[in-house]
Amino acid sequence: MENNVIIDLKNISVAFDGEQILKSINLYIRDGEFITFLGPSGCGKTTTLRIVAGFLEPDDGDVIFDGKKINGVPPHKRKVNTIFQRYALFPHLNVAENIAFGLKLKKMPKDKIDKKVEEMLALVNLKGFGNRNINSLSGGQQQRVAIARALAVDPKVLLLDEPLGALDLKLRKDMQVELKKIQQSLGITFIYVTHDQEEALSMSDTIVVMDSGKIQQIGTPTDIYNEPKNAFVADFIGESNIVDGIMKEDRVVEFSGHVFDCLDTGFGKNEAVDVVVRPEDVDVVPVSQGMLTGTVTSVTFKGVHYEIIVDIGGFLWMIQSTDIQYEGSEIGLLIEPDAIHIMKKSEYSGTFGDFSSYSDEFDELSDVNAGLDTEDSDDE
Amino acid sequence: MSKAVTIGNKKATVAPFSSWMVVFVLVPMALVVYYAFTSSEGGFTLDNLKWIYTYRSTMFLSLRLAFTATAICLLLAYPIAYSMSRASEKIQRNATLIIMLPMWMNFLVRTYSWMTILENNGLINSALRSVFSLFGGEFDGFQLINNRGAIVLGMVYNFLPYMILPIYTSLTKIDNSLLEAARDLGSDGFNVFRRVILPLSVPGIISGITMVFIPSISTFIISRILGGGKDFLIGDLIEDYFLGNSGVVNYNIGAALSMVLMVLILVATFFMNHFDKDAKTSGGGRI
Repeated sequence: MENNVIIDLKNISVAFDGEQILKSINLYIRDGEFITFLGPSGCGKTTTLRIVAGFLEPDDGDVIFDGKKINGVPPHKRKVNTIFQRYALFPHLNVAENIAFGLKLKKMPKDKIDKKVEEMLALVNLKGFGNRNINSLSGGQQQRVAIARALAVDPKVLLLDEPLGALDLKLRKDMQVELKKIQQSLGITFIYVTHDQEEALSMSDTIVVMDSGKIQQIGTPTDIYNEPKNAFVADFIGESNIVDGIMKEDRVVEFSGHVFDCLDTGFGKNEAVDVVVRPEDVDVVPVSQGMLTGTVTSVTFKGVHYEIIVDIGGFLWMIQSTDIQYEGSEIGLLIEPDAIHIMKKSEYSGTFGDFSSYSDEFDELSDVNAGLDTEDSDDE
Repeated sequence: MSKAVTIGNKKATVAPFSSWMVVFVLVPMALVVYYAFTSSEGGFTLDNLKWIYTYRSTMFLSLRLAFTATAICLLLAYPIAYSMSRASEKIQRNATLIIMLPMWMNFLVRTYSWMTILENNGLINSALRSVFSLFGGEFDGFQLINNRGAIVLGMVYNFLPYMILPIYTSLTKIDNSLLEAARDLGSDGFNVFRRVILPLSVPGIISGITMVFIPSISTFIISRILGGGKDFLIGDLIEDYFLGNSGVVNYNIGAALSMVLMVLILVATFFMNHFDKDAKTSGGGRI
């Protein structure tokens, strides 16, 4: 696989005003893949993107593009193009002129430019919009123009910096599907930056989870979701109950006062570990049949399921169930071996996973990128 | 809330503005038009308009000097405004202050001070003279004042801030991500300027030109003080007819000349606004 690596970041470090933004990032990106940098605001994902684009030079480390070191090469000489967070369309040019911007700089003959512009308008479903003024377009349409403008110059890599952040939920879902389709039909590399885990899971071939300037985990969406490496990843991607456990032996773990069968191996005997159980993987059963029992402290209707907070020996678990439960009732919980995921202890142990302070508002405040003022709450 | 109430309220809120406009703009303009088309006895006449033809060379001179001053202002102001907009916030603040500073002084005082700099025994010539005398030479002094160059200099000096500030404002309003997008799409520094910065600063250039051209074409103080009264501009003519400096008081001729000036300015403004609108919708490419 090494031979089709298009971008290779080696030991990239960046500091602003003495504050370390990126700490020795190592990452290679394969040609044609849809890779997503996922993390909370300030994790360094946009900084990494700007380094690839050439707007920012790393203090340390090499940026390799197609086998050649491109540190110091200015943005206009790089074969990568960017979709900016707020589109950055030229207000003095109409739709067609915006799309033609890069082509004119390439000194392409006019008839070829016109053909390419038409082709791009068709690609993003904006046929007939060529003469429209940028300001007369909706947010979604402006986004499409930005995509067409960047793709018109045939980049090898397209960088997308939270491109759907300013769109409403419905439009965002449609655009996710469309972007993925465009990427597959053109076969070029997309590097996508987002703080929205659902967006990352549904679009990406590879997800790079980042936090405080470091890569926490690289993997496919299913890997990241099912086999999170540490408590940060488990918490950031989806909802997780993360409890302290002791690995008794291979395939046997003890937590919350009960010994469970699991599928994980390769830990030391009696090693302290973090145990992750996803809320949707817990079955609610009568108390007599439960491996664990607890008291329901709150129930919220979420449409598809109920979100039930259960107090088990002082630790609050979140469970998602399609059956309603009532506050104050005692219920039993059944956890199958494949529902349990074991992680090594990390610097994040103990900081996530308890739902005692849980509320939608809290989730939003901690997750949503502060830079996106038009953001609405949607990621449950 | 009914529609009638809304309209009524709106009318009430703009009342101070409308009455101001009526008293200080509409009435004087109506008076100018009235005098322009009446004789000294008060009857209707077109005779006053003949004087426009008589004074055509004065008008062309005024236009020429105003154009020259405006062009020089633009050439000086754009680089100043551009480097200001790229500088640190502290420098931007200080530079704006320095540019505004002369405006705190009276226009007449500022213009008179140029006399003391330019005249035969003024600052520049005396300095040169003392340099020459060091080497035992004789120096008569350059003729720096009482010519058209001095008039244009006075215009440029007095009106330059009105060119710098609107251009500077339009430049600072350009979103940095647009410049990044331009670089991203393949523009080097020159193309970023030509294809993004320059077209997006056109509104600033337009208002700058308007704000320099209009006072330049109608000035009468600058030509009198720095031109030595040799080169009469249309503003001087109008002043003369109203105040009788050259012995004749004739409101009617003065009003007719004022009207021409008004028409000239209106045409220029209309042309500018049209150009501005053009630039906003599709312009760019043609610049």
